Amino acid sequence: MSGPDRIPLTGALDALRAVRTDEVVVTVMGAARDWVAGELHPLDWVYVPSSMGQGTSIGLGIALARPDRKVIVVNGDGSQLMNLGSLVTLTAAGPHNLTVVLYDNGVYEVTGAQATPAAADMRADGRDLDYAEIARACGFTSVHTFEDLAAWQAGVRDVIDEPGPTFVLLRVIGSPTAGGPRPPAVRGPDRVSPFRSALSGRV
Amino acid sequence: MFTGEEFVRTLTELGVTHVVAVPDSTLGLWEEALRASDDLELIRVCREGEAWGVAAGLYLGGASPVVMIQCTGMFESGDALRNVLYDYRMPLFAIIGYRSYLSQESLPGDTATEFTEPILKAWGIDYRLIDAPEKTPLLGEHYQACRAAEKPGVVLIAEGQA
Repeated sequence: MSGPDRIPLTGALDALRAVRTDEVVVTVMGAARDWVAGELHPLDWVYVPSSMGQGTSIGLGIALARPDRKVIVVNGDGSQLMNLGSLVTLTAAGPHNLTVVLYDNGVYEVTGAQATPAAADMRADGRDLDYAEIARACGFTSVHTFEDLAAWQAGVRDVIDEPGPTFVLLRVIGSPTAGGPRPPAVRGPDRVSPFRSALSGRV
Repeated sequence: MFTGEEFVRTLTELGVTHVVAVPDSTLGLWEEALRASDDLELIRVCREGEAWGVAAGLYLGGASPVVMIQCTGMFESGDALRNVLYDYRMPLFAIIGYRSYLSQESLPGDTATEFTEPILKAWGIDYRLIDAPEKTPLLGEHYQACRAAEKPGVVLIAEGQA
């Protein structure tokens, strides 16, 4: 999925990184791939290796355990489709400290950019599904859509600072040759304890 | 096996903070007591795979959750389970309803009884079976043993009419 009004994912992540202070940031798939290219923060949960779709669930758990901390989940559209019910779970729990940033490129980018069932190419009616509408139907009352990088750069801090749960749809440009995410240098089991310590302020 | 009040009291005494659950006809009987508890937070998810992810996030945040689902939900949630228990070695504990275990003779044919324990063994998860009221202390004993060993664990709750 590409077009003049879409946002490069790397630019979207750079904008988030530029305003990020002490929030927990959970990244998955393509976002994880690009997030680890920058300097990591102790409160980054780079969810690689993953069980695809579980990013929003993990973010919800962190947000409920630590209501004093802002949690941002940067989730892909393919991942969200794997766990669409998690949006209902999330609004049922209603954490004020959770923001879901969904980057929609219409494809399973890391497996070769096959269209998702929500993309126009795969649909009988030839129309993209609108994740912002889905989020509203799942109970989100704070929903934003960005299709332009400058608008996202200008609005990202305000969106994060809103009382949640908040849902943000970023329409991004696909990068079909970018490949899949690589896990951080530190193995998964060895990242758990440092993350828990960082979250509890013991670092 | 447990009344709702007994179940809540047991989990509270163990220091459990959250119960991440999908109800079934046995586990769901404890829901009223769980929702009434001031010490436990019930988090209802839409599908069992979510339960492992939410519990993992709670654990990362310093809480002490348990997952509570039926064995059929364990079947559904295999990849989520694999990820948190093995990719990240999180010592999560689950209470799993063992559908039809007590009615295998009177109502045979539920294949859930054929696969539950072999699948737990395949995942390498240390489990105990509570199939009679006198075995209910196993829940606390096994939870504490798994916590001490910092490993995952499961207690199966036999379901169905004896």
